[in-house]
Amino acid sequence: MIYNIPYIAVIILIMVGLYAVVFKRNIIKMVMGITIIESGVNLFLVTLGYRAGGVAPIFTNLPEERQIPGQLVLPIPQALTLTSIVIGVAVLALMLALAIQIYRQYKTLDVTKIRRLKE
Amino acid sequence: MNSIITHSPALLIAIPLFAAFITPLLSRIHRRARDGFVLIVLAATELLALLLAQDIYANGIRKYVFGATLPSLTHPGTMSIPVRIIFEIDGLSIFMVLISLTIAFVATVYSSSFFKKEDGLDRYYTLLLLVTVGMVGMELTGDLFNFFVFLEITSIASCALIAFWVDRGESLEAAFKYIVISSIGALFVLMAIGFLYGQYDALNIAALANSIQFTFIDKVALVLLLAALTMKAGIAPMHMWLPDAYGEAPPSVTIAVVAATQASLYGVLRVCFTLYGKGLRLNMAAVGWTLVGLGLLTIFIGVTMALVQRSLTRTIAFAAVGEIGYMVIGAGTALAAGAQNFATVALKGGVFHIFNDVLDIGLLFLVAGAIIYATKERDLNNLGGLAKRMKYTTVFFLIGLLAVAGMPPLNGFASKILIYESTYQLNPIISIIAILSSILLLAIFVKIFYSLFLGPELPHLRDVKEVPKGMLVAMAILATLIIIFGLFPGYVLQTIVDPAVAALSNPTNYINAILGGA
Repeated sequence: MIYNIPYIAVIILIMVGLYAVVFKRNIIKMVMGITIIESGVNLFLVTLGYRAGGVAPIFTNLPEERQIPGQLVLPIPQALTLTSIVIGVAVLALMLALAIQIYRQYKTLDVTKIRRLKE
Repeated sequence: MNSIITHSPALLIAIPLFAAFITPLLSRIHRRARDGFVLIVLAATELLALLLAQDIYANGIRKYVFGATLPSLTHPGTMSIPVRIIFEIDGLSIFMVLISLTIAFVATVYSSSFFKKEDGLDRYYTLLLLVTVGMVGMELTGDLFNFFVFLEITSIASCALIAFWVDRGESLEAAFKYIVISSIGALFVLMAIGFLYGQYDALNIAALANSIQFTFIDKVALVLLLAALTMKAGIAPMHMWLPDAYGEAPPSVTIAVVAATQASLYGVLRVCFTLYGKGLRLNMAAVGWTLVGLGLLTIFIGVTMALVQRSLTRTIAFAAVGEIGYMVIGAGTALAAGAQNFATVALKGGVFHIFNDVLDIGLLFLVAGAIIYATKERDLNNLGGLAKRMKYTTVFFLIGLLAVAGMPPLNGFASKILIYESTYQLNPIISIIAILSSILLLAIFVKIFYSLFLGPELPHLRDVKEVPKGMLVAMAILATLIIIFGLFPGYVLQTIVDPAVAALSNPTNYINAILGGA
């Protein structure tokens, strides 16, 4: 059970984020929603990489009594998460820049009022 | 020469990526130097792709390994898994790469004269090259996580390009919609990658395809991947970002985004036919029927919404939504049909239509851009009688409209007839809806053609001039390709489409290229 708590947290984070994106009317809150979903996905990847009794894959930090292949965890999920965080920052910066420009044009951040594009 | 071909998969990414960051520097020297440089770079990349294509058609699937060249080359003592990333290029990948690079080249030719009076172009070309890098990367890579990274590069760069006209609120709105949809979509893809990695301990598409078991979690991952990629490809019911983005971006950007959308569609095909390809004949019929249903919905929504638009670019954008539906029913029919022999025909039609759609819709958007450039008008009600002033543009629009409506002897007909023929055998209703929508599309565009180019000259359009040469050349390239593809469909099918279809229908070849031997 205790090992499943991170997965439950992942689901909760993604749900909260989706809720914010779908139902919130403020652009900044939508951006926050996307960031929360991203944290959820990152947490998921990190959790996948967890092995009970494993050691962080830093060669020089390896404690004396541990042996090399067995207890060093494979660093791929961590590498994926780092990449994903970097990409997330780029997306976040772009979205906030767009939000600033939208505010300049429309003088509001309320998505229900930003509707020059009609069907 | 040989070593260039050997390393061309890496060069296809490296050259535009390097050029993207050189461009702002060259821009300091002179704008002509920069425009010329971007053109030369893209032409060289296209040439490389053609060389690589020839090699692939002659020698089969190519793989290009970054890192450990052999799976046995592991770090002694520490790791049991080789550290490497593999690019795997088969007939479908190279087909899509050719599409992306052709469109990027045409977009550059067009923008060199379209944006004469704007500033910020140094960044524009950097972003355009980055979109190209992203698309080509998505299509070349044999690694799922790499696919995700290139997907994000494509979406970030194209979002910034859609918002190129920052002083128009509409562009910003469209760009914001686009980035919300694509970042959520990309996160779903990452989640699905996590599911697959957690189960099979691999990120390589071939290795995953080999060990996939169709467990419950695999199915969840499949749904996540398909939902995200169809959303990014603009398939109904998640198509609403697409007309906004296509309609509000500068036209040269629009055609690049059209090509990026097709790269997402490539993702859909790769996931359905290769990653989950082992169960192709067993478990995928339900997925196929879902795709057919979504495709029909997309065609229906696209065409009916195109009917009621008042803005020229948005009408074409909704027509573009409809066109995507045709490729999806092609692919869906192939999945639903399973082992029956019209499955290949459907797939052929769907894959061929990817290229045709990019050409037809691209040409229409470029013509729309030419009209906006010459008249500064977007509203169909304020335009008319342009045929006398803009002769060449009129001819190009006529070619584009006939091609998009699937009229013989143009390319749209060649691929649509394959789709009609094969979907009829699956279920006649599908092909009836598809044919009716095509006719409706023809009606819409004939109406637009009449109101744009024929009729009396409007007083405020008296001093309209034909657009500059660069834009005409760009349109001429697309129109020539449309006519060539229309006149010699058999040759085109045989040379580039058949290898792509063969690559899709035999996932074992893709798997064996990595796992069998070396």
